[in-house]
Amino acid sequence: MPTPRLQLKRITKRYPSVVANSEVSLTVMPGETHAVLGENGAGKSTLMKIIYGSVKPDEGSVQFNGQVVHIKNPQEARALGISMVFQHFSLFDTITVAENVWLGLNKNLSLQQVTQSIVAKATEYGLDIDPLRPVHTLSVGEMQRVEIIRALLTNPQLLILDEPTSVLTPQAVDKLFVVLKKLASEGCSILYISHKLHEIRELCTACTVLRGGKVTGVCNPSQESNASLSKLMIGAEPPQLTHRAQKPGAAVLTLQNLILPREDQFGVDIEGVSLQVCAGEVVGIAGVSGNGQKELLYALSGEDVRAKPGTIHIGGVDASRLHPGQRRKLGLHFVPEERLGRGAVPTLGLAHNMLLSRQEAIAWPKFGGGWIRVKQLERHAAEIIARFKVKAGGPRSLARSLSGGNLQKFIVGREIDANPKLFIVSQPTWGVDVGAAAQIRGAILALRDAGCAVLVVSEELDELFEVSDRLHVISRGQLSPSVPIAEATVEKIGEWMSGLWDDDVQQHLAELEGMAIVGEPAQSGGQHAQA
Amino acid sequence: MLKLEARPEPSKIWTYGSPVLALLITVLIGAVMFSALGKDPVKGLEMFFWLPIHNAYALGELLVKATPLLIIALGLAVCFRSNVWNIGAEGQYIIGAIFAGGVALLADASSTRWIVLPILLAGVLGGMVWAGITALLRDRFHANEILVSLMLVYVAVQLLSYLVGGPWKDPMGFNFPQTKTFESVTRIPRLFDGSRVSIGALLALFSVAALWVFLFRTRSGFALQVGGLAPAAARYAGFSSRKALWMALLMSGGAAGLAGALEVAGPIGQLTLYVPAGYGFAAIIVAFVGRLHPVGMVFSAILMSMFYIGGEMAQSRLGLTKSLTGVFQGLLLFSLLACDTLVNYRLKWRTRGGA
Amino acid sequence: MESYALLLAATLNAGTVLAIASLGLLINEKVGIVNLGAEGMMLCAAIAGFATVVSTGNDWLGFAAGMGVGALLAAIFGLLVIWLNTNQYATGLALTLFGTGFSAFVGTSFVQAKIPERTSFAVPYLSDIPWFGPALFRHHPLVYVTVLMALALIWFMYRTRNGLVMRSVGESPESAHALGYPVRRIRLLAVVAGGALCGLAGAYLSVIYTPLWVEGMVAGKGWIALALTTFATWRPARVLLGAYLFGGVTMLQFHLQGIGVDVPSQFLSMLPYLATILVLALISRNPQWIRINMPTSLGKPFYPGA
Repeated sequence: MPTPRLQLKRITKRYPSVVANSEVSLTVMPGETHAVLGENGAGKSTLMKIIYGSVKPDEGSVQFNGQVVHIKNPQEARALGISMVFQHFSLFDTITVAENVWLGLNKNLSLQQVTQSIVAKATEYGLDIDPLRPVHTLSVGEMQRVEIIRALLTNPQLLILDEPTSVLTPQAVDKLFVVLKKLASEGCSILYISHKLHEIRELCTACTVLRGGKVTGVCNPSQESNASLSKLMIGAEPPQLTHRAQKPGAAVLTLQNLILPREDQFGVDIEGVSLQVCAGEVVGIAGVSGNGQKELLYALSGEDVRAKPGTIHIGGVDASRLHPGQRRKLGLHFVPEERLGRGAVPTLGLAHNMLLSRQEAIAWPKFGGGWIRVKQLERHAAEIIARFKVKAGGPRSLARSLSGGNLQKFIVGREIDANPKLFIVSQPTWGVDVGAAAQIRGAILALRDAGCAVLVVSEELDELFEVSDRLHVISRGQLSPSVPIAEATVEKIGEWMSGLWDDDVQQHLAELEGMAIVGEPAQSGGQHAQA
Repeated sequence: MLKLEARPEPSKIWTYGSPVLALLITVLIGAVMFSALGKDPVKGLEMFFWLPIHNAYALGELLVKATPLLIIALGLAVCFRSNVWNIGAEGQYIIGAIFAGGVALLADASSTRWIVLPILLAGVLGGMVWAGITALLRDRFHANEILVSLMLVYVAVQLLSYLVGGPWKDPMGFNFPQTKTFESVTRIPRLFDGSRVSIGALLALFSVAALWVFLFRTRSGFALQVGGLAPAAARYAGFSSRKALWMALLMSGGAAGLAGALEVAGPIGQLTLYVPAGYGFAAIIVAFVGRLHPVGMVFSAILMSMFYIGGEMAQSRLGLTKSLTGVFQGLLLFSLLACDTLVNYRLKWRTRGGA
Repeated sequence: MESYALLLAATLNAGTVLAIASLGLLINEKVGIVNLGAEGMMLCAAIAGFATVVSTGNDWLGFAAGMGVGALLAAIFGLLVIWLNTNQYATGLALTLFGTGFSAFVGTSFVQAKIPERTSFAVPYLSDIPWFGPALFRHHPLVYVTVLMALALIWFMYRTRNGLVMRSVGESPESAHALGYPVRRIRLLAVVAGGALCGLAGAYLSVIYTPLWVEGMVAGKGWIALALTTFATWRPARVLLGAYLFGGVTMLQFHLQGIGVDVPSQFLSMLPYLATILVLALISRNPQWIRINMPTSLGKPFYPGA
């Protein structure tokens, strides 16, 4: 039996409010691509931090190439040959790629040497990057390439990747997998943290499944199905959503040629976006982060009021220059991507967080802004907590004391409870456990069935395929035309994410013309993406 | 070694206990300082903590000192809760005093007691104008309000110096830089005979109640605080940060100006170079030690007045300098900031190493 | 003509106090920490320096005392702000309030004290050049050291790896921590170094610039130095320029009084403060510009355990 590259034995780590890892054992062989599967909150990140030296375990041992090691900090990990590519990049925006990489390596190299090594490594692995560019000019995908090159330059024996594909287009994911397979063939072991079942089945030869801090299974994912993996990950089959066909009603939201220059130099200009959302339909906007979603949503919610008059209409009313409060009066309710800090105030209770978007508990609004009826507020919050099954101590619990999923359920509940005519939500289930995610997506579909117009912006294609009726793609501040979900495929959407939709439109129009002349239905598009 | 461990929920005990612990630490260091200066520490502490409260007259003096501190602190609490850092309350106090003094100087034999009203309103107006400059510069030019309001303090001091040494100088004042003593009719009415406590104390108490209602029961107060706690959430909710900025600065400027008017038309009775007594800065400490809460600030204002009176007594009876007051005040704030860590963190002994 | 040479000389002298303090604050802010305690540190250092020179007669010991006091106070500030994560603004204010009171307290016995007559300095040969000589080359060595300090700082921050690390810590302490750098120790080092420089500025003020002790003699220079780091968009060369400019404005009031301008002296005394406000307003007008140059983590707490 060859010596395992990495062996974790009964690792335990406790925090004041939770046991993050409990008796976790993990074995990675040389050259193996080993997945660590688990939903949000299962303890994957903590385990990786222990391996990388940022966190010390309370119990258990770590063995590297057969030797017991005590890794005190990331520098020691790097010296051993363990390298990590983080989910949230450890990059510094104002300095160049080369300087960033230099900071992640050991001191004895000079900047010139590092720059040359970057170019060499990039060519070897087909990762296109210019070492002299300041990092803030890079796209998110390019930033990840920098992180990967930085890791590769340490000639790692073990490379850890934490949710690497959340910021990549499907095509970029394929390219990444080519790099990883090459790396593995050279003897490097790879630890691949993810919750995306189809990726793990495609890439990895071994998998350890974590749930609630404990190992629930070890398997070979290429021989498992999505259903069996899901069972190990959450203890049950993934919940199914019923998607009823619906005939959309009148247009509730209309965007006509929205143009917005960026607010700060790291932002994206919105360049002529037009779209329409009708009552009773869910329109999805797909796209990798950093392509203008943030800016578009600021303009829609009213947090950015610079839109030219006439470009945004809600329910027929020109809302381009209206503030959030005024838009809420028109029936718009919005769930932002950031929960703590934007959707809710962390240090206030749930009841008071109601006041961010609901006015029902305010009496005499004309006098000094109005009087807060606290008892009514708390009652209202309690109703929402019960209706949306939010796990919280009560209406007075501080927002920050809730788990990510529960807080999101509360915020979504707060907005849905207002009976909106137009419901906009960004990243509805990011960082949320599977159960809550299913509940939230179900709530979105219920809203739609009840006749609300819904706009969903998300980076998770699976999610959009599940809930949307029509799909747009946003790329570099421009919006593609929409495609009915039945005709959308992962490949096509992936191409559109790079902005390549014009050809498609031409072809589609040509097909339509062909249909009109010949009188035969054109071939329908591809298949649905795998759930 | 000692390590800090985050608590899952802020500790209720320490939220109330931390100011007490901070006070104890300050007292301890104070005792050490007295000894180091060759003075009896017990006598020194007596000056600060017993004499100011040991009889009715002393209590009255305590209230006289606490009133301006409390009023200014109430205004500052609005600012700090909104994350607007108004450090120049001293300047707003001075300009409020100047405006009030200006109106008081207009009084003559024919004025009635009602002139007190315009005097106080003038004080409020003066403070608001001075704070308004800071608000304007931050609103229009994004200029940092800490630096602007602070620079304006120095400007206000010079302005006062100019007025009392020039156009407003008392012609019968032996050329001292001060105005004439105001007519008795302009004086803020006293509450009881035999004590210098004025209706200012009542105004202060009323303001405490008003602030409580504003902060905890009105939507405007709520909006201001969200702006300070989570600016992105305030933007999401549609709370105007401009409105919040102006409201916070005008309210605290007005409060500081009112305090200035009360002092100048009250205990001081004229405009002199000694009008700036540092209340604007001490009020910052009052606000923090009182946890920016209306009721808490009542207690911290009384505590800070004890430091002031203690300092004066230590000077007259023990021959120590009055600036001891500043030392104690600074120490108290330092200790409070350090002790506040215990609200959110626990101290634990952790042995080195792990796996 | 002579008087303008003297004016320039006085400007450089006055600007030096501001420049040293501001360079120290720049080091602080480059790692993301705002120290509003500058005024308090300078006052304590001023009395420390003055008292030391009165007792020992040695200027350099006085400077050392000032630097030591500044470093000590900064260290206390740093421990609170970096390890206990107390609010940077409030803690800095506490330091100023404490420092103001403490320096007045300690300094009461030194108010009337005098220190030995300051020797005059002259750079050989260069100081004899007409006009430029008296203007530029008859200063205390520290004036020239200040320029060297600024240059050294530029070299350190932009041409060495440690300088890069320092800037990165200010940019994103979380990322630096994830890469394994001892963020808190680096920040403490910067805070202490900055405090030492503020202390040096304070000692220079009371020992060389106006050799005496008066309560509150720093008169807002600590605050102006803080403002300067923002004006200068955190660049050492611009800090120097701004400091001399402000030194000039301060000197202008004496010059105007000297030539008999008929404005009350108080309005002239307001000049430095009004100038600060004016420049602040003009510089801050474009928030983009500030945001581009500002260390991203400035003023924000850092939690390594997160």
